[in-house]
Amino acid sequence: MKVLIPSALRAYTEKSEAEASGATLAAVLVDLDHQYPGIRFRMIDEQGRIRRHIRIFVNGAQVRDLSQPLRATDEVVIVQALSGG
Amino acid sequence: MVRSTLAVRTQGPATRARRARRAVVLVATRKGAWLYHGDAARKTWRADGPHFLGHVISHLVLDPRDGRTLLAAAKTGHLGPTVFRSTDLGRTWKEAARPPAFAKAADGQPGRAVDHTFWLTPARASEPNVWYAGTSPQGLFRSDDGGVTWEPFSSINDDPQYRKWMGTVQDGTPDGPKLHSIILDPRDTLHVYFAMSGGGVHESVDGGRTWKPLLKGLDVVEGFDGSEPTFHDPHCIRICPSNPDRLYQQNHCGIYRLDRPSDTWVRIGKSMPKRVGDIGFPMVVHPRDADTAWVLPMNGTSVWPRTSPDGKPAVYATRNGGKTWQRLDAGLPGKQAWWTVKRQAMTADASDPVGLYFGTTSGELWMSRDEGRRWACIARHLPEIYAVEAAELA
Repeated sequence: MKVLIPSALRAYTEKSEAEASGATLAAVLVDLDHQYPGIRFRMIDEQGRIRRHIRIFVNGAQVRDLSQPLRATDEVVIVQALSGG
Repeated sequence: MVRSTLAVRTQGPATRARRARRAVVLVATRKGAWLYHGDAARKTWRADGPHFLGHVISHLVLDPRDGRTLLAAAKTGHLGPTVFRSTDLGRTWKEAARPPAFAKAADGQPGRAVDHTFWLTPARASEPNVWYAGTSPQGLFRSDDGGVTWEPFSSINDDPQYRKWMGTVQDGTPDGPKLHSIILDPRDTLHVYFAMSGGGVHESVDGGRTWKPLLKGLDVVEGFDGSEPTFHDPHCIRICPSNPDRLYQQNHCGIYRLDRPSDTWVRIGKSMPKRVGDIGFPMVVHPRDADTAWVLPMNGTSVWPRTSPDGKPAVYATRNGGKTWQRLDAGLPGKQAWWTVKRQAMTADASDPVGLYFGTTSGELWMSRDEGRRWACIARHLPEIYAVEAAELA
């Protein structure tokens, strides 16, 4: 499925859009990490929590549970929340 | 290129031989990292950077065992923490395959996540590729492969007693409680120290298998229980390379010296001028003279402004183990300079005379080529400086 990548993570993908597969959001992020090693830990902490300033949307709806099932036609959008200074 | 303005001092042959190695000053800031390459006389400096523009770099360290491998502890406001590694002096960087991360908590238990790696310590010359890292919140980690993969080191990260002493995020420094000052006894691979802000100073004599607090003689903020490690806030600890039985410490509550095998710290800051006090962040020791150390005091009165006292920054040196202190401010601003220097942002090189370096919260990099007698500004207008290390390239 299509995964849109925010600018802060494009050092890994070198593009704004990636393709990844998996039956759940967690599996998609694991697949993404196989393709772009290190990218998952920048978004998901070691306890399996989405990091504070990362938001993930599936077909326009925010998802907080990584076990959410996904279909191959779904679109995943990863967003960096505004923060810092 | 940025030039310092110090006069060249006459050097002896031994010094000239030592200077043949190229000096580099590693500057880690809130917005990226810079390398300042010095000439043989440490008189002119070439800026190389920014590296990782926009990343918070807490520490940038050159491996003294090969003189070419750099590790950078990094994060950004949006993304999780990581460690970058370069084997070509920053021309290319590669991310650690497994950055420091706490163990996954058992189901239902609150687990901790590393917010940022704060401190990097390369291990002894006899332990190539071994590094230690301290994190925020407090955690101790080790790499056996030059910083590519990291594992929790020893039991303290998940030890109930240590977790209690670490306190909560609210007990720590403003941007998170930290484990720092990981110190390896160069003579004994089983002997290790570390410090936590807050959480106190701790020592292991069995290679990190077990740890004990090392707190006797240290003051805590009035009203708190000094027997409780949680309330201790060591800011920076250094071991003397010329006498590893001697440690110096800049603490939230004073400057101390410890001469092993004694386990009682002595508050040597009591001999500092009263109007300046003995509060600060960094502590620097002389590479060859264990009686000489430097501090950079800050205002720790009333509401703790944490600026230079009276807006007049100065380094203070002791040449006698802390019996007396000498103010060293020639070349530094004489008024209206309200910056301070963080715990990792002051260091010494190994030259003779020793070069001293510090980076300010206002983004200035200062150096002295004569052990603090006279200071010059190497760089201005950098982001807030978090760490400064002086190193020699292979």
